[in-house]
Amino acid sequence: MEELKLYTYIAVFGSFALYFAIAWWARAGSTSDFYVAGGGVTPIQNGMAIGADWMSAASFISMAGLIAFLGYGGSVFLMGWTGGYVLLAMLLAPYMRKHGKFTVPEFIADRYYSKTARVVAVLCLILASLTYIIGQMKGVGVAFSRFLEVDYDNGLYIGMGVVWVYAVLGGMKGITYTQIAQYCVLIFAYTIPAVFISLQLTGNPIPQLGLGSTLADGSGVYLLDKLDMVVTDLGFKEYTTDNMGGTLNMFAYTMSLMIGTAGLPHVIMRFFTVPSVKAARQSAGYALIFIALLYTVAPAVGAMARLNLMNTIEPVAGQNLEYAERPQWFKDWEKTGLLQFEDKNNDGKIQYTADTATNEMVKVDRDIMVLANPAIANLPNWVIALVAAGGIAAALSTAAGLLLAISSSVSHDLMKGVLTPDISEKNELLAGRVVMTISIMVAGYLGLNPPGFAAGTVALAFGLAASSIFPALMMGIFSKKMSGKAAVWGMCSGIGVTMLYVFQHKGIMFIQGTSFLGDMGENWFLGISPNAFGAVGALVNFAVAFIVLKTSEEAPKEIQDMVDNFRTPHGKVAAAHDH
Amino acid sequence: MENNSSYWQENLRLIFICLAIWFVVSFGFGLLLVEPLNAIRLGGYKLGFWFAQQGSIYTFLALIFWYTKKMNELDKKYNVEEE
Repeated sequence: MEELKLYTYIAVFGSFALYFAIAWWARAGSTSDFYVAGGGVTPIQNGMAIGADWMSAASFISMAGLIAFLGYGGSVFLMGWTGGYVLLAMLLAPYMRKHGKFTVPEFIADRYYSKTARVVAVLCLILASLTYIIGQMKGVGVAFSRFLEVDYDNGLYIGMGVVWVYAVLGGMKGITYTQIAQYCVLIFAYTIPAVFISLQLTGNPIPQLGLGSTLADGSGVYLLDKLDMVVTDLGFKEYTTDNMGGTLNMFAYTMSLMIGTAGLPHVIMRFFTVPSVKAARQSAGYALIFIALLYTVAPAVGAMARLNLMNTIEPVAGQNLEYAERPQWFKDWEKTGLLQFEDKNNDGKIQYTADTATNEMVKVDRDIMVLANPAIANLPNWVIALVAAGGIAAALSTAAGLLLAISSSVSHDLMKGVLTPDISEKNELLAGRVVMTISIMVAGYLGLNPPGFAAGTVALAFGLAASSIFPALMMGIFSKKMSGKAAVWGMCSGIGVTMLYVFQHKGIMFIQGTSFLGDMGENWFLGISPNAFGAVGALVNFAVAFIVLKTSEEAPKEIQDMVDNFRTPHGKVAAAHDH
Repeated sequence: MENNSSYWQENLRLIFICLAIWFVVSFGFGLLLVEPLNAIRLGGYKLGFWFAQQGSIYTFLALIFWYTKKMNELDKKYNVEEE
């Protein structure tokens, strides 16, 4: 067996063994363990777990690749996926923790004194979480198929099996402690290659500083200036100013990701696991530290990967690489079909330009950049193996968190809350595990047969959460008078408008050919892309809710008192964890 | 009740200050004012680009910790800490 394959097996299966051991040690015995880890997780532990929960295959595998090709336009992901934590820490987390329930729909049910509101919240939650989970399952399949050389389907089955064992067995308690381990694996896997590459290119081992430094080749030219020069020479837009679809689109996209982050139930649920309101505020801060470690390195990874790719193909201007002399990583990725070359002018050399008539790199999939990066930079095999384990850790940890959010909303909100209120704790726990098993199978099925437009589904999940759950929670806390009826109207119209906009451009339920408006710039409302539309959906949600509130009754007195109660850390908790 | 509502007012004021800064560094410096700021350099970084890809994230972090600290002080001042 070749060395790389051996190292990869050790890294991936070694990390699996670790996750199983932790899950066995932290298995759940009660519904409180299963949903909120018994409410006893410290802020630093919780911060790490949120970090792993949060950073998905999209953050780990796709984001730096997107930045590498979008340049400045990629900033929407960096700001959008971190700025939401400011909103969480100040607008939602402390009050929802004080109220002290297990799930987001349960909070909505109490605040809006309505089973309808609870059911609508459950539906919004399942829609957003399922859309998100498809992307994770796909990430697991891709990582396995590339590194273990099993086929995509088998990779996915292995991934489903691993998540099933520790999520079903451990519930939130098992997931939390496993995620702490997964965070450590993924952050090492991400930063170690970045440090090596930054050192190679700029002589500065800190990637965040390396990105702003001069090149180590003695030319004294800044790395970003060099990159701007190289890409514009070939006809691409300037790296540091290329704004994706204009300022308004970037604005809406960033806003959509920020409020979507704050509205995603698998993240909010994390704040129910800490022991106090103070700890909930702190948790958001620690979570952002652990997330920022990856997110401030990502722009350096992106820019350096782009520069290395350009330099490999055209080491000196005008002297292009002979196709016959292409490096091993080039051949490996050609086999997957994610990298394709076509010798259009038959000179045996590779031309990579912005002009489709002369460009011979006919396919460079953005998702391969992070995984191929260590090989492009000639790093040792154990680093490449580590990246494989990191990518899988990122996808598994997010999938587990989402599965828990879905299963708790079905077993706790739909069954215990609405359909069968008399269910015993033991049966509720069993129901939670059965629902989770079914969810894994549904997610696996969707991963094997991804709907037409699977790549965009992660960003879409944010749009759905942004337009439905975030506004309902925020109004519930900051407007005492907000009524149940108004909130339900708001949620339905917010998510409705967003889905309508996405479907009209991307096809109904993403089925190709059913879209009634083409998916291109000139058909977009004010140039806002479907992925960025969640921000508009949220505005509609707020506006509709306030209009309905003006024309109908406001929330009753006891609800307004309840709001007063959860606005202060002191005082009685509404029947917290004594279910 | 009296006490609670001035506690809430002070909390709202803090949130307003924090979110104003949150908006200015990301949507302001990183997006709307990015072109004029790019004329200024921070080492190899153009300043607007730096805010969009680095600076805004550091500011978000500082904001959360500052808010947490101020809220802990506020909880003490109004005697509404958890028992």
